[in-house]
Amino acid sequence: MRSRMLPYWLLLPAALWLFLFFLIPFLSLVATSLYDPDGSVLTGYHVTWHFANFPDAIKAYGPHLWRSVWWALIATALCLVFGYILAYTIAFKTGRWKNLVLVMVVAPFFTSFLIRTDAWKLILGDHGWVVHALQSVHLLSQDGRILATPVAAIAGLTYNYLPFAILPLYTSIEKVDRRLIEAAGDLYASPFRAFLNVTLPLTMPGVVGASLLTFIPAVGDYINAQLLGSTNDRVIGADIQSLFTTTQDYAAAGALSVTLLVVVLAATLIYVRKAGTEELL
Amino acid sequence: MSQASDNRELRLTQVEKTYANGFTAVQPLDLVVPQGSFFALLGPSGCGKTTTLRMVAGLEIPTAGTVRIGESDITYEKPYKRPVNTVFQNYALFPHLTIADNVAFGLRRRGVKNTAEQVAQMLDLVELTTQANKKPAQLSGGQQQRVALARALINQPEVLLLDEPLGALDLKLRRAMQLELKRIQTEVGLTFVHVTHDQEEAMTMADTIAVMNAGRVEQMGSPEELYENPRTTFVANFLGQSNLIKGSIIGKDTLAGASVVKVDMEGTIVSIPEERAHAITGAGWVGIRPEKVLVAPAGENIDAPGSHFTGATIVSTSFIGVSTQYVLRTAWGQEIAAFEQNTGARGVMPPGTAVDFSWRPEFAFLLDASQDASAGIEEH
Repeated sequence: MRSRMLPYWLLLPAALWLFLFFLIPFLSLVATSLYDPDGSVLTGYHVTWHFANFPDAIKAYGPHLWRSVWWALIATALCLVFGYILAYTIAFKTGRWKNLVLVMVVAPFFTSFLIRTDAWKLILGDHGWVVHALQSVHLLSQDGRILATPVAAIAGLTYNYLPFAILPLYTSIEKVDRRLIEAAGDLYASPFRAFLNVTLPLTMPGVVGASLLTFIPAVGDYINAQLLGSTNDRVIGADIQSLFTTTQDYAAAGALSVTLLVVVLAATLIYVRKAGTEELL
Repeated sequence: MSQASDNRELRLTQVEKTYANGFTAVQPLDLVVPQGSFFALLGPSGCGKTTTLRMVAGLEIPTAGTVRIGESDITYEKPYKRPVNTVFQNYALFPHLTIADNVAFGLRRRGVKNTAEQVAQMLDLVELTTQANKKPAQLSGGQQQRVALARALINQPEVLLLDEPLGALDLKLRRAMQLELKRIQTEVGLTFVHVTHDQEEAMTMADTIAVMNAGRVEQMGSPEELYENPRTTFVANFLGQSNLIKGSIIGKDTLAGASVVKVDMEGTIVSIPEERAHAITGAGWVGIRPEKVLVAPAGENIDAPGSHFTGATIVSTSFIGVSTQYVLRTAWGQEIAAFEQNTGARGVMPPGTAVDFSWRPEFAFLLDASQDASAGIEEH
């Protein structure tokens, strides 16, 4: 009897943790999203099942939500491209330097996320070398800038989430049996075809993992937009943050949070299902 | 592929492979594999046979020499442009593709649009029609092996390379697959080059065997030739088993109209046909296969006129069923093996029995005594 119950006992701490720190806060967030929108610190907040919070919030902040999703998608795509090339190189080409290069991928984590993002202000700033270089080859006009544009914000997102893409990609590329690539070559596949027909499909689990680990945090991220983007291009994370802490419009903040959560969840499910049925099995 | 009417033999000329670390895997090597033949490269691990195969496949580039199929030089051709396919040792089936898609892979890469019919035919040939939609991991080792074969054969390569294709199978399945491979080769008529360390496998299937050792071909010929008339102690020991007995060569002579080489072997003069004598002066190894050694209790007549020896004792007896294997200690103190068919003519002789033994001179061979008598034994 004891041994049959043992797995459940072992699950208990984790289940309890999830219950206390995920499920309860989540339900409380859902409750918040259904507050009476006229509530205030003085009058108090009450759950009035006010579903109109959702259309109201989406109407007011929809474009910001859109921008967040769009930027996160671009950053995820860039992370996948750069991450794949890097991970492939690390797995197949670095030989005995492999571990050193992997440490270098993780090394930026030893510095704070905020400091690293702030440092990009110097790199992308109007007097930084990137702007000068682009101006000198006329890719950027003389009064053109990068800082405080969507380009800078997306570059920041890409930079910050790149390691989260590299690591799962590296793990799956490293596992690919080189003999399969050899076999593809033996069966008339050029190196490029061998990559498309063998390596890429076999590394799809890594691609899916990398996309999720990049996209999900990038949608809610507002540090990059705040430090590197323009104040005119607000993202949903910034809205939620200011609605909760500054405006104290908890109903709208809650509704936006739940909407964001549903959007990310839906996107993830569709993506995993699509990638899963076509490539993973 | 367009020149099917020409002689499309595979020809390796002075092919050599030395790695960057200075290790020479293949010494300058000449091989000719006739079109449509089943050719085996046989040797212990590390003898250079797989490297040779990989140079034909294009997976290794020779340091020197040329690889040709008919008139076309493919030495530096990219693997995916060669009319050569490989059945890999570990099969290397694509785990994400079904069996049918694995088999269709090569055709699709060459732009064949409708592969269904050919795939069906090929799966039929290897008897895997019902498994077409499964993934490789769902198949047994023997089935995976057949998929690997089908995946290579469907492309109708000019040369099919087989790298220890049966190594991962158990003995019974291996035997069955040996016959199966031979049947398929006869049926499709392609040139097969088969790499193996298993002498029995090579002898069962190949028309011609090249025995390799330490990056060189020791001897090349039909299985019978190699077995009956080995030229080196390595071949004598690696293919089957041999008794090698030291002797000093007296010289050539003529016996009943045939040229022979006479050898003084521990006091007995034995005559070895000249074409089986691979040394003519000095010391030599007289070789005789255990099944050619006839044994009888001391003083009894042995039906083998020729080299007759007395004063031996049986040291050990193992009854195998079809045969009995004896180890004898000769009068001069050497241990030699003798296999006797269980024809029922005589019972099994226990250890300690005093015996005489004999062999027909035409079955013996003579090798140079400068060679190591135990070469090729430890590799088994």
